[in-house]
Amino acid sequence: MLGFILRRLGTFIPTFIGVSIVSFLFIRLLPGDPILLMAGERGMSDARYAELMTQFGFDRPLLVQYWDYLTGILRGDLGLSFKTKLPVWDEFFALFPATLELSLCAIVFAVLIGIPAGIVAAVNRGKWPDQALMSTALVGFSMPIFWWALLLIILFSGMLGWTPVSGRISLMFFFPTDTGFMLIDSFRSGQAGAFASAVEHLILPTIVLGTIPLAVIARQTRSAMLEVLSEDYVRTARAKGLSPFRVNGLHALRNALIPVITVIGLSVGTLMAGAILTETIFSWPGIGKWMVEGISSRDYTAVQGGLLMIAVIVMVVNLIVDVLYGFINPKIRQ
Amino acid sequence: MVLKKLGVLGVAVMGLAYGSSAFAQDTLVYCSEGSPEGFDPALYTAGTTFDASSKQIYNRLVEFERGTTVIGPALAESFDVSEDGLVYTFKLRPGVKFHTTAYFTPTRDLNASDVVFSFERQRLAENPYNQVSGGTWEYFNGMSMPDLVVSVEAVDDLTVRFSLSRPEAPMIANLGMDFASIVSEEYAMAMLEAGTPEKLNQEPIGTGPFKFVAYQKDAVIRFQANEEYWGGKAEIDNLIFAITPDNSVGYQKLKAGECHVLGYPNPADIAAMQDDADVDVLEQEGLNVGYLAYNTTVAPFDNVNVRKALNMAIDKQAILDAVFQGSGKAAKNPIPPTIWSYNDAVVDDAYDPVKARAMLEAEGVENLKMQIWAMPVVRPYNPNARRMAEVMQEDFAKVGVEVEIVSYDWGEYLKLSTELDREGAVLLGWTGDNGDPDNFLAVLLGCDAVGNANRAQWCHEPFDDLIQQAKVVADQAERTQLYEQAQVIFKEQAPWATIAHSVVYKTVRNEVQNFKIDPFGGHIFYGVSLAK
Repeated sequence: MLGFILRRLGTFIPTFIGVSIVSFLFIRLLPGDPILLMAGERGMSDARYAELMTQFGFDRPLLVQYWDYLTGILRGDLGLSFKTKLPVWDEFFALFPATLELSLCAIVFAVLIGIPAGIVAAVNRGKWPDQALMSTALVGFSMPIFWWALLLIILFSGMLGWTPVSGRISLMFFFPTDTGFMLIDSFRSGQAGAFASAVEHLILPTIVLGTIPLAVIARQTRSAMLEVLSEDYVRTARAKGLSPFRVNGLHALRNALIPVITVIGLSVGTLMAGAILTETIFSWPGIGKWMVEGISSRDYTAVQGGLLMIAVIVMVVNLIVDVLYGFINPKIRQ
Repeated sequence: MVLKKLGVLGVAVMGLAYGSSAFAQDTLVYCSEGSPEGFDPALYTAGTTFDASSKQIYNRLVEFERGTTVIGPALAESFDVSEDGLVYTFKLRPGVKFHTTAYFTPTRDLNASDVVFSFERQRLAENPYNQVSGGTWEYFNGMSMPDLVVSVEAVDDLTVRFSLSRPEAPMIANLGMDFASIVSEEYAMAMLEAGTPEKLNQEPIGTGPFKFVAYQKDAVIRFQANEEYWGGKAEIDNLIFAITPDNSVGYQKLKAGECHVLGYPNPADIAAMQDDADVDVLEQEGLNVGYLAYNTTVAPFDNVNVRKALNMAIDKQAILDAVFQGSGKAAKNPIPPTIWSYNDAVVDDAYDPVKARAMLEAEGVENLKMQIWAMPVVRPYNPNARRMAEVMQEDFAKVGVEVEIVSYDWGEYLKLSTELDREGAVLLGWTGDNGDPDNFLAVLLGCDAVGNANRAQWCHEPFDDLIQQAKVVADQAERTQLYEQAQVIFKEQAPWATIAHSVVYKTVRNEVQNFKIDPFGGHIFYGVSLAK
């Protein structure tokens, strides 16, 4: 097992270097000069332009700029945001807990509903629960996030008044956010109602962000279960007279879970993409919204640093999934 | 057991109908559109940053009266201008306190050294704060202050003298701008000594009506009324900026009572808002102009009659309907009506395609092919440049002119449009910085600006003489006359087709009292109260 983990870690380094090059080049390949954007309609003299190019180091060869960037990363320095003039590292980690908290809630929501839905659909293959659940999953998968979020806000917040419109907690509460995880910080604050408010604020964004992974997990669970349910050992288990719960829940589900776990791991990328829209609509102060703003203002340092950090996170999650997969299926370790 | 507890919690949570107007009556919540870049207004150029810093936390020597472009005294009680217009002497208000906060306690009141420091850090490379927080001082540079200001000196504790390299009548208006906010030299030096000079930008200390309390990026900014404010304490005790980038969501929050003021309502929501009994919709013409600039150095656009004919071919009403959807007004002058010296007597070129075609034929212009540049971004003065260009394409086709619409990335667009031999006419616009006509007429149409912000590349001596003269005259009545004449010449010469001024909408809950639209696009909460 240790050898397997080390082999997986060995692929990490070239991937990391590749990602650092892509993240560095990505924003520079987009048309648009940040110095010119800074000047706006007013324009800028050539002398002033040259002065700012030198100040920001954009006049140096790309290779030199990349080398500085790479050595900076190794020192834990992602540079200063071009727009806010604050360290990118600080900006990223100030916002990342919000995205992580929302993503975790979304994935838990997707798993808790998606897996049982997939099982129910598989067990009732071709019957109305199967058709109803899979049609709903298809709708969920196809739904534009932006529209879905506004619909939920108008219904539950605007018309029914059950949930808050946006944000992470009611503005009435004010306490130190040491961990950045609002559920933890609000709980630790001891302020009456703060934790409940944090939970309330999570409901709609969790549903919105979790909808697509939920649909994918439900469909994947169904197809994996159908495959497993046709296996001989399941028929044998049934023949032994085991209860349907034991057959489906223990014998079949355990084996069907392997591809489902892979799908859950791959959902991390989907969650990051979904977070961009979800965070914008729900005024959720996470890295998705921050990255979008960085791209539109050609904030080179913020975008390259943010992309790199997100890529590293996705790589780490996939590594964990691979290791988990190895635990579940010993054949993978070979 | 754990599940049971979670279940109880869940029931409790779901059972709570979300408490809407639960804020204390002395707390005003503003749904702002984005996060500030920082809290030192001299470092940045975005209105969102000014709203969170200069408009609430800081003061300037002189300030615009709320809701107007009229400049008045602020930290300076009075000022004198020397006869030659080269020396400005300001008398500071005595007893002005800097904020006392959890992170800094000032030991002295505002004095002349704070004013000197606030400008010298932007002006002098050797100032220890010149490079702090990557300082590029864009507004200070953009307003040509490095060339204009020769020195800033403290004459005594409460007297500051600015010496200029040339007479510049808009100087006072420049000093009312956000970049001219006065910061505490004592605080800056304390932070420098502590090795954290960037705190000046992150934990601001000013003299303004509100003190900074806390900021959570992309979530919330909290301010508290400054009890010792020299102008008297603000009527609201707490001010909260709830950062809400999506304006449709902002409207839902306004309806739910989660915020009191929405800065940028969607034009599509305005009709519904006007029918909403809980919400007041305020409107005012914006301090901007959208235009189509011909390149007046390239044939046939170097011919004034061709330019006039094309202006007459444009159906502005169709543009207002198709592009602005009710949130724009036709422009006839290069400055908006909210600026003093606006010449209402100027008559716009009437929409007359038949006459326009005849004029073009008379000038020997046939089968003309031209480009119209459409901006790739949304701006207040032009919410949809591509659509605007399409309407013009149809209009020009009616007079026999074939239009090709082109566009570039925004940075490239701004750069390429300044080139002297540029092909085609450019859609662009301008939002005023300081309410002075010079900020439009000289910046966008002066001979000095050719090859830069003067996209028409138009250098017309009679016009330029008037605006240069108006720069050095101190008397506003005299300046008004000069600018009025300049607008007449502009209309005769038609370097641009003036298209529209946007209409700015603000929505407030009806318990909000005395909120005024800032012509500069800012949001000022000093003077605003909430009905009990």
